[in-house]
Amino acid sequence: MTAIDARHATTATQPFDVTRVREDFPILRQLVRGKPLVYLDSAATAQKPQAVIDTLVRYYTTENANVHRGVHYLSQQATDDYEGGRSKVRAFLNAKEDREIIFVRGTTEGINLVAATYGRKNLGPDDEIIMTAMEHHSNIVPWQILCQEQGAKLRVIPMNERGELLMEEYEKLLNPRTKMVSVVHQSNALGTLNPVAEIIRLAHQQGVPVLLDGAQAVPHMVIDVQSLDCDFLTFSGHKLFGPTGIGVLYGKAALLEAMPPYQGGGDMIRSVTFERTTYNDLPYKFEAGTPHIEGSIGLGAAIDYLTALGLEQTAAYEHELLAYGTGRLSEVPGLTIIGTAREKAGVLSFVLENVHPHDIGTILDTEGIAIRTGHHCCQPVMDRFGIPATARASLAFYNTREEIDALVAGLHKVVEVFG
Amino acid sequence: MSDLRDLYQEVILDHNRKPRNFRRLEAPTCSLDGHNPLCGDRISLDVTLEDGVIKDIGFAGSGCAISKASASLMTESVKGKRTGEAEALFEAVHQMLLRGPGGQFDPDEVGDLEVLAGVAEYPTRIKCAMLSWHTLNGALHGAHDAVSTETGDESGGS
Repeated sequence: MTAIDARHATTATQPFDVTRVREDFPILRQLVRGKPLVYLDSAATAQKPQAVIDTLVRYYTTENANVHRGVHYLSQQATDDYEGGRSKVRAFLNAKEDREIIFVRGTTEGINLVAATYGRKNLGPDDEIIMTAMEHHSNIVPWQILCQEQGAKLRVIPMNERGELLMEEYEKLLNPRTKMVSVVHQSNALGTLNPVAEIIRLAHQQGVPVLLDGAQAVPHMVIDVQSLDCDFLTFSGHKLFGPTGIGVLYGKAALLEAMPPYQGGGDMIRSVTFERTTYNDLPYKFEAGTPHIEGSIGLGAAIDYLTALGLEQTAAYEHELLAYGTGRLSEVPGLTIIGTAREKAGVLSFVLENVHPHDIGTILDTEGIAIRTGHHCCQPVMDRFGIPATARASLAFYNTREEIDALVAGLHKVVEVFG
Repeated sequence: MSDLRDLYQEVILDHNRKPRNFRRLEAPTCSLDGHNPLCGDRISLDVTLEDGVIKDIGFAGSGCAISKASASLMTESVKGKRTGEAEALFEAVHQMLLRGPGGQFDPDEVGDLEVLAGVAEYPTRIKCAMLSWHTLNGALHGAHDAVSTETGDESGGS
């Protein structure tokens, strides 16, 4: 067994025991509007296992102190655990070194950091950034801001009706002016899994670095940054069953070292005079100010939890649930699934004839069913499919077939109200 | 928890299916677009004024049942009214929808629009119902920039 296999190996060979796993998530025991909560909005944010909640309580109960500063006991404890979170992230992504793991607030900040530092330094007039037609606004707007400042241009890989990238178009877009490829690994609006290994291979042939928006992919599949050979990868802790406000930017050390700092402040410096400041080493160069200490520790606990469950096993279970949900939804009259890529995970986005998604969302809410409705911060995707919004049920390994059945029953009620 | 049917009353469903005055006017006195950025609801409203009276009103756009029905009901209720009366109705509807839990409103002031009273129980949907009213209010006050629900006091949440 290779090191990678060992990281994600399942601890048990028996089928995935969702009933037992659900006991780890106290929020799922709740009644909402008098009905058992059916939480189908994990793509927006995932629920937290008791292990994560307990870790946060323990941290504030016994360990709270600032990091990298004090000589006292608590500060040392807090520093060890904060840095311990970083090591867990490194192992989880199979990055080479801890210093390649930069803590940020979330995926959005990770992309902004790269655009504002690497982008400003390396992109000039008429240089090009390639992205996909299914990007979240957070992987469009930071690059747009950069384009406005530097005179660079966005180039968009189109997709087909299923929500799959047209790779031959991508190959045509790559040219000597391409200076960055920044693409979403798994679409939050459609569920499409993009062929990122191939995207990276083609970009690297031209010497172009690739940033992966891993917000949706990282919680649902084994990601190995070394075998993918991505240059940057960013994700959010709260979608990985950890706390909000913590996220990760992975970057290859050589790239990160050559980048100017993002924000100035404490921790990111080595020495400061009024004339001159020298910056700290990685990763601290990019972590100005007191960091999100309990965020790192909580994220570490989430990674421990997920690793113990076995990401390969949870992914397989989620995939099975997606197939079941796809079949069941097709029974609802007038329902069309948006996003039918052959390679897809975790997301059931759909529209219902003559019913606006917000009305679907409100009616399901009265049944205790939480889904997301709207444009999912992907207005270009909505425009591509000629719709204003979709309803989206998104899955995690704590969801069940019974919950899919409840969703389908709720949708029949929607049809009845609007019929 | 109020019953779903308090929100989706038959009258609302009917106006959603068959919106009244759902057309652009040929020569309106004023026109304005309204947008609910979080939901994506859009409305384009045309008004023809004559001597301070709303002679004609029409709208186009897309949105949820609540926003479409509210716009349709609004056009019916303000057509033929003086602008001052339409503004008073805007205030009355606003008060009804934002009255909060247990809050009161005067059914006499809102007339047929009372069918929208149930929306007040669904805080995230209030702005859907208010979109057309904000747009009308802006149009009557000579606004030229599109109205957004995110600047009103019912903004927040989606």
